[in-house]
Amino acid sequence: MIRFENVTKVYDQKARPALDSVNLEIDRGEFAFLVGASGSGKSTFLRLVLKEDRATSGAVYVAGQNVARISSWRVPRLRRGIGVVFQDFRLLPQKNVFANVAFAMQVIGKSRSVIRDTVPEVLKTVGLEGKEHRMPHELSGGEQQRVAIARAVVNRPGILLADEPTGNLDPTTSMGIMGVLDKINQNGTTVVMATHDDDIVNEMRKRVVELKNGVVIRDEAKALYTSMIPVVGQSRRLKDASGREAPDDGLPGNGAEGEARQ
Amino acid sequence: MRLAFILSEIGSGLRRNLSMVVSVILVTFVSLTFVGAAGMLQMQINQMKGYWYDKVQVAIFLCSDGSTAPGCASGPVTPEQQQGLNALLKSPAVAQYINDFQFESRDEAYKHFKDQFSNSPIVDSVTPDQLPASFRINMKDPEKYQIISETFSSQPGVETVIDQRQLLERLFSVMNGASLVAVGIAGVMIVCAILLIATTIRLSAFSRRRETGIMRLVGASKTVIQLPFILEGVIAAVIGAALASGTLWAVAQFFLGDYMSRQYPDTAFISSGQTLILAPALLILGGSLAGISSLLTLRRYLRV
Repeated sequence: MIRFENVTKVYDQKARPALDSVNLEIDRGEFAFLVGASGSGKSTFLRLVLKEDRATSGAVYVAGQNVARISSWRVPRLRRGIGVVFQDFRLLPQKNVFANVAFAMQVIGKSRSVIRDTVPEVLKTVGLEGKEHRMPHELSGGEQQRVAIARAVVNRPGILLADEPTGNLDPTTSMGIMGVLDKINQNGTTVVMATHDDDIVNEMRKRVVELKNGVVIRDEAKALYTSMIPVVGQSRRLKDASGREAPDDGLPGNGAEGEARQ
Repeated sequence: MRLAFILSEIGSGLRRNLSMVVSVILVTFVSLTFVGAAGMLQMQINQMKGYWYDKVQVAIFLCSDGSTAPGCASGPVTPEQQQGLNALLKSPAVAQYINDFQFESRDEAYKHFKDQFSNSPIVDSVTPDQLPASFRINMKDPEKYQIISETFSSQPGVETVIDQRQLLERLFSVMNGASLVAVGIAGVMIVCAILLIATTIRLSAFSRRRETGIMRLVGASKTVIQLPFILEGVIAAVIGAALASGTLWAVAQFFLGDYMSRQYPDTAFISSGQTLILAPALLILGGSLAGISSLLTLRRYLRV
């Protein structure tokens, strides 16, 4: 569904690249965490998927299409296939819950009757039944994020990108949000979530892609937030980029290697 | 649905930015009024020139029934006198100064008079008998008017010889100067209007950046995102242009039509109907100014 082929993104010629020769494939229906410190390239990854920026070199494929080949007037069509959720919710404060979700359908020209049918359905999916007429400021943080998720998926995109969606929420609320994202994922939507939240990653046991200084240093299925796999055996380039030796913590090395991707 | 959505976006944009929108309306109103005033002055000059002004310089009016000039002692001009004048105009002594000349009969004079004074009540009280026939002369050198005047003033059947230019030239140069000033002021005001529209659209885009950001993310087309902003500017400017057209119409109707034409009944003024020719031009000018300046502004401040 999303494929990065040797993608490098340089914002500033003098500084190191934000992404450095990244190769990555995320399949249809997958749920992947993107982890790494601030500045590791997570947001750049998401921006490249949305064609907010152009890759300096390499190719980004979304739903089989090379985004560099999409002409500017067709970018909206690309974005209709991608839902996005942010840390700061980005709801419209003067519109109620229903109107916030309906807005995403109005601006792409959906008819009033379709909106009337679809919005309550999606609000039910995210667990906001009966709160259609609340204003954003009357909702808790978790509920606001649910509205944002509802808005992101109301047009049934194939991909949902979440940029630290639980960053402003307490652990319990965060787990609720993860439940919603998991449900959306089980309905067939590919979910890519950038996060710092180790509890959530450890709890979910999904695929984890770890970035450091623009390089993928780890890509494991059913993984934890911190690596259990020594970096031994990975390509030299990656080891150099990660800048660390294999941790000697006695965890299984070669045995778990089979599960690692890349 | 999409149209209704765009309209409601425009409505909310205009409401949110009301004071800026009012200032855009006023600035386009004032600037286009100056543009229109320059246009009206030119129309007025054309109106006053009448049928002959651009074609000839000198008019020799022939005696008619009521003429009191010394040359008309024998009554209205006779066909023989007219023949004589015609021959004199063709004689080498005179012909060397003139390009050509035409004869305007009383009926023709009446027709031209009716055209020029079509907006004035005076046209109803004039009959062909009251208008003199005339020779209209196109001079090789208009400065040689004196020669024609001396030759013909004393001829029998000639009431008077008039240099039309001398009567109107000075007035026209004042009016042309005034329309240049109006165009100059209009130019400055139009620059003001463009900058103000750009600022207004920028503010409007800034105050709605949340909405437009979300619109981009969910894949709204460029048209849906940008059109409300552009139309906001265009609507404000078109309202200004409509006010300017209305003002020009009112000036022609009440100032020129009612007041001035009573003060100067022998001058032909433009009618209020004629100013309406300017209205579509002003509307298009205002609308396209706003459209272009908002488009350029959005290209910089509203990435899609």
